[in-house]
Amino acid sequence: MIASFFRVAWHVMRKDLTVEVRSKEVLLTTLFFAVSVVLVFSFAIVREGRAPDDVAAGILWVAVSFSGTLAMGRTFERERYNDTLRALLLAPADRPAIYAGKLLGLLVLLALVEIVLVPLVGLLFNAPILAFPGRLAALLALGTLGFAAVGTLFAAMLVRVRSRDTLLPVLLYPITIPVMIAGVRGTAALFQATPDLAMAQFWIGLLVFWDAIFITLALWTFEPVMTE
Amino acid sequence: MKKLNPLLIGLSAIMLGVSPWIINAAPYESTMGLVQKIFYFHFPSAILFLVAALICGVASAIFLFGKKASADGWAIAAAELGLVFGTLTLVTGPLWARKAWGVWWVWDPRLTSSLLLWMIFCAYLLLRKYGGPGSDKLGAGMALFGMANVPFIYVSVNVWRTLHPQTSVVPTLPTDMGIPLWFCFAAFTMLFMALLNLRARLEHQRARVEALYLAEDEA
Amino acid sequence: MNNDFETLSVVDLARYYGRRKALAQVNFTCRAGEIIGLLGPNGAGKSTLLNILATLISPSRGRVEYGARTAAEGGAEVRGRIGMLGHDLFLYPELTARENLVFFARLYGLTDVEAAAQASLARAGLADRGDDLVAGFSRGMRQRVALERALLHEPRLVLLDEPFTGLDQASTAALVERLRERQQAGCILVIATHDLDVADGLLSRAIYLKNGRIVGSDDDSRGLSERYRLAIQ
Repeated sequence: MIASFFRVAWHVMRKDLTVEVRSKEVLLTTLFFAVSVVLVFSFAIVREGRAPDDVAAGILWVAVSFSGTLAMGRTFERERYNDTLRALLLAPADRPAIYAGKLLGLLVLLALVEIVLVPLVGLLFNAPILAFPGRLAALLALGTLGFAAVGTLFAAMLVRVRSRDTLLPVLLYPITIPVMIAGVRGTAALFQATPDLAMAQFWIGLLVFWDAIFITLALWTFEPVMTE
Repeated sequence: MKKLNPLLIGLSAIMLGVSPWIINAAPYESTMGLVQKIFYFHFPSAILFLVAALICGVASAIFLFGKKASADGWAIAAAELGLVFGTLTLVTGPLWARKAWGVWWVWDPRLTSSLLLWMIFCAYLLLRKYGGPGSDKLGAGMALFGMANVPFIYVSVNVWRTLHPQTSVVPTLPTDMGIPLWFCFAAFTMLFMALLNLRARLEHQRARVEALYLAEDEA
Repeated sequence: MNNDFETLSVVDLARYYGRRKALAQVNFTCRAGEIIGLLGPNGAGKSTLLNILATLISPSRGRVEYGARTAAEGGAEVRGRIGMLGHDLFLYPELTARENLVFFARLYGLTDVEAAAQASLARAGLADRGDDLVAGFSRGMRQRVALERALLHEPRLVLLDEPFTGLDQASTAALVERLRERQQAGCILVIATHDLDVADGLLSRAIYLKNGRIVGSDDDSRGLSERYRLAIQ
């Protein structure tokens, strides 16, 4: 039972990544969009050539959040195109496993985007990204996971709804604010002049809890919410 | 249950009508004076706002997992009331803040948490309105996530705000302040219960009309 | 527990969208080895009925029985005995034909996926095009891959939504051939179609749908166009 869950999730993820590797469309557009967000915010905030302190963390997470939402919408748009989502639901596979597969595919994509984004932000704002790489990676991983977990569910829910492009951020952002707060404050705690490791640790802990609860909730609600 | 509604509304209307005098009779709070009296409306609104969130979450869970169709009526009623009482909280809060601290909005932990929860209600109602067919199930799913968030919102916003110093606004209550508070609280709660009942009943009757309409030309 | 079933029964089925009755009072039964045609004008509810039979949409009233069990009781196992060729074909254009088949074979838990995919490609007459992207296929070729995808796991119940749309003579003949072969093998086939000429002579039975209701059904599979006109008018 558990084995088949992971098997199905793995194959769905592989399929998504195969499709993405062929066209690279979502990866490249999301990446470019994320970089644009960073630049736009920089122009909005930087004054006389200097950015206010602590702004790097905020800009990083805003870019992740905005571009992540875009990527989610696009990956489910693909499943809508030939109604393949229906084919996935028709298969005798565990429905939550399909959710897990799509989530994993999205995470790989966002990880690639963040690998570019973090050095960029470090460069533009002189942020000490290499000071505590382990904790920074943990924050990013856990925060992205939480955000993507809820987003994947909502994007799947909205696949047949007409105003899905606007409704996805409307639903997603208020619910994932604790993740944003944790991510930004944790990252800021690591970036500040005298790093506050205890604070960062606290936020990492919060994210672990949040992720555990919300991924469980998503796995429970995926099937009832997807059956028409 | 139905008979109770007019009684509840009548009673709460009378109590709310009388409340200005009762509030006036309460003593002034030492630091803030007259302005503090908004508290007697602000506090019950805030509590009922949270209660509405709880009801919406539980009803959504029952609807989604217990598959009871009537639970959906309670969920939407609670969400709409949550919006109303939340708006009340978010209006009385800044009014108080303006007079007490000179600014309309402060990133006070409770105010910010309320704003977030209020936004989740807005998102839920937007989904119900524009989600097309099947949005009752989608809304229920989303409501579960919203309500599961409540403790996290509270914790994260609180910790976020304690990084910067903040004047605290929690008065301790002597009895002659307690009376007007519980009076207003009772009035608001009765109003809440009556409105919740009526709105849920409206939703249930709408569903019944639809079922009757659909059964109309069956054999 | 045997997941297979020999009969499909639709009992008092209805599906409502708000106040709109997409389907109402639908009753029929079919057995292994029958080809049932769902005929009717656009908007009659044929696609909705097929989706309900596929367990993708749940009925507002009534039930569908696969053998002795309903979709709810059977769960994933019942889904494993159903194959569907949707109107939108359910194929990933960015993958090759072989990759599509292998992916779905894996989802359906087949053991030797490569062999199954190869056999399917051969049956579809596309053994030499197996490693080309589906995006580059014509409608007829995609249809053949999609059909084989639906039949990979040798389902008992085969549902087809407008399968003859946009096919040329040769493709249509090949499709009819494949469907007859499945019928011989004991499948229950339910086909929603507009194409009366092809359906003529293929169907064991025709069910006429209009405005979500059954307005007639018959067993004589000749002179279909005439009988359709009579039933639907």
